[in-house]
Amino acid sequence: MKRSKLLWGVLGGAAVVAAIGTLLVGGLSENVVYFLTPSELVARGTEAVDQPLRLGGQVKPGSVVWDAEELDLIFAVQDSVGEIGVRYTGAQPAMFREGIGVVIEGSMQGNGVFEATNLMVKHSNEYKAPHGDSIPGTMYESIIRPEVEE
Amino acid sequence: MNSLIGSAAVTAAWLGSGVLAVLGLVAGYRRSPELLRGAKYTATFVFAAMAVALATMEWALLTHDFSVEYVANVGSLETPPYYTAISLWSSLEGSILFWAFILAAYTALVVFVQRRSTSRLLPYALGVLGIVGLFFYGLVATVASPFGVVSPAPLNGPGPNPLLQNHPLMGLHPPLLYLGYVGMAVPFAFGIAALLSGKVDEEWIRTTRRWTVTPWAFLSLGIIAGAWWSYEVLGWGGYWAWDPVENASFLPWLTATAFLHSVMVQERRGMLKTWNLTLVIGTFLLTLFGTFLTRSGVLDSVHAFTEGFIGPLFLAFIAFVTLTSLTLIAWRADRLHSPGSLDGVISRESSFILNNLIFAAFTFTVLLGTTFPLVIEAINGDRVSVGPPYFNMVSIPLGLLLLFLMGVGPALPWRRTTGERLKRSFVRPVVVGLVVATASLALGVRSPYPIITFAFAGFVMTTIVDEFRKGISARRRISGVGFFRGFGQILTRNNRRYGGYTVHAGIVVIIVALAVSGTWRFEREATLRAGEHMVLGDYTVQFDSLWAFEEPHRVVVNSAFTASRAGRLLGTIEPRMNFYSQQPNEPIATPAVRSFIDADLYLTLMAFDQQNASHATVRVIVNPGVPWLWIGGMIIAIGAILSVAPQRHRTPAVSVFAGRATEVPKTDENSGVDAERDLEPAGATSS
Repeated sequence: MKRSKLLWGVLGGAAVVAAIGTLLVGGLSENVVYFLTPSELVARGTEAVDQPLRLGGQVKPGSVVWDAEELDLIFAVQDSVGEIGVRYTGAQPAMFREGIGVVIEGSMQGNGVFEATNLMVKHSNEYKAPHGDSIPGTMYESIIRPEVEE
Repeated sequence: MNSLIGSAAVTAAWLGSGVLAVLGLVAGYRRSPELLRGAKYTATFVFAAMAVALATMEWALLTHDFSVEYVANVGSLETPPYYTAISLWSSLEGSILFWAFILAAYTALVVFVQRRSTSRLLPYALGVLGIVGLFFYGLVATVASPFGVVSPAPLNGPGPNPLLQNHPLMGLHPPLLYLGYVGMAVPFAFGIAALLSGKVDEEWIRTTRRWTVTPWAFLSLGIIAGAWWSYEVLGWGGYWAWDPVENASFLPWLTATAFLHSVMVQERRGMLKTWNLTLVIGTFLLTLFGTFLTRSGVLDSVHAFTEGFIGPLFLAFIAFVTLTSLTLIAWRADRLHSPGSLDGVISRESSFILNNLIFAAFTFTVLLGTTFPLVIEAINGDRVSVGPPYFNMVSIPLGLLLLFLMGVGPALPWRRTTGERLKRSFVRPVVVGLVVATASLALGVRSPYPIITFAFAGFVMTTIVDEFRKGISARRRISGVGFFRGFGQILTRNNRRYGGYTVHAGIVVIIVALAVSGTWRFEREATLRAGEHMVLGDYTVQFDSLWAFEEPHRVVVNSAFTASRAGRLLGTIEPRMNFYSQQPNEPIATPAVRSFIDADLYLTLMAFDQQNASHATVRVIVNPGVPWLWIGGMIIAIGAILSVAPQRHRTPAVSVFAGRATEVPKTDENSGVDAERDLEPAGATSS
């Protein structure tokens, strides 16, 4: 009696483990998101279409087209070798500008444009002393009101 | 001067910890009270030394002593005092110092609480805590020392990472998490002590119950506070993203939760001895692993962490703990046989065992998803990440199973049950669950997961309410008190049991809130000119004005919106963007959240007109259910406090009566026996 119940317990446990294992392996292989550079993405060609990806590179100077009314942003992201056209719908990140490093989440469309679902400006951890134009107080001088909060 | 005092203090703690390790282990081996007394004095000395080190660092931070390396790295004259004080945990060295201080405090607390104990486990446990301390105080004294000297001292520093000085919750989230993380070292130490002493019965589990529930509660609240911080600061309107740093805190929580349940099986039935040891060791290892993940830089790049000392040292210590623990378990294998066995397939213990299987699977899933990118990068250099879909796919069904078991387990008796009894316990809860499911369908819910979640939640909440009702009516019968006195009595006399149920209720609230916010969240972004508005469901948001002002350490861009819900004016909502002087190009969003009983209205300023402040881009998110995440967290806190509170002395008269409670009317047999039984020492009931 006891033995058969133990057996059932073990069998049940094994079934649970097997089911979960199958789920996991399937789930992992479908949900691994590769981090690629523009040239790596170009090299993958049509193979990369519709795969969720993270694309990291530099915003190509002169490529940015921004429609502030429709929140429609088109630009190219590049590395030293290749470049990819990107389209993003939504507000520009505050520090988005030409030449800056970006990480873009999304997927390659059949038409060769990378459709972005999320656009992040790359954070640099190193400390740089602010100077000249990049001091916020100078940058936003025209909208500063003298009053202090509260 | 501060550097000198600090370095001396941590070095003293390091050496003291070595002495503690030797004294503790030898005292245990020789059963020597004199050596044990020495170990206790040493533990107190180590705590005093770490307290001096911590106080010195706080003093150096608050007085801006930039000759201390850590202060030079994270301090600045402009940072407000509150954020200066909490910048202790804003960077690696300070965090490890804080970690080590908490370890010393827990060790001293063990000495204090167990001051009259003659247990054979205590000296060994102190010895194990000494070995753990040897590693952590060693880190603080050497490679991760925050007390390095900078000469000449700079006049000012950069201040802490802007993200970490943007919200007051930063003062709450890390300490809670660390109290949870480090606290797990205590049950671990007693588990190892059980192995070392060969006394592998239930004593170590009874001794450490409060030492497990307390850090578990801190860890739970730390995780919730982290989610809250992420919600209030990061501006994306979410609270959990299965980020490796988040997973690092969730992994030990999973195994610790499994442990809290499985120890009850050992207490009652003497089963699962090896499993419980494995869980407590695993939990401790996962806290080490979590600290390693978040503090070694391995997440930035697998290859970067080997450049520092911290990462490899952590890996070596994790390997050492794993190997030693496994060896000890193998050594004591002959004593770890369980006298008890599973009597009935449907019983409290079988539901706990299933619960543990699921928690183990859950842990494995999250661990796999968290470490997979590291493994891939180490093998072939590909940089990959595992997205939330993977974690959600597995965790939602597992979470639902656990939710279901939360209703089943407590209502099942130990050993075996009868069909009659099952019917009595489960008819009402099942009916309530079905009613909730039908109501959800009728109200237009169509996705399966929310419907199942609500139905299970209704089921579980009913079983919890029933347990309280049964307990109260048993109390009323036994001592003839009214409803509220009865309620008070079960909470004070049987606080472990009802505290546990209260925690369950908090978890149910959180799971429902997760399902609601995950299903019905919606958002819109728009660029608005002054006076223009946007509509989102019930809500109308109008852009009024925008301006900036300067503070010593930052420039704040403040926007003002007027919001209304269903025509009712809600007043002004002011999301901000903060530009800290050390990272002027990376503004920190400061969303504004307006909470209602059912939902949050969440505004993030995304972009603004830098010349004349005439327009602003705003992301508006309606987040139903989210306020209940935090409410659920508070319910968990209340339940945890209840369950570790000292039990009120039970009068013998009551216990005699309760022992005969089988004579009372049959409908209340369950609570009459079970509720009172929990008061008795575990050994008495398993006979």
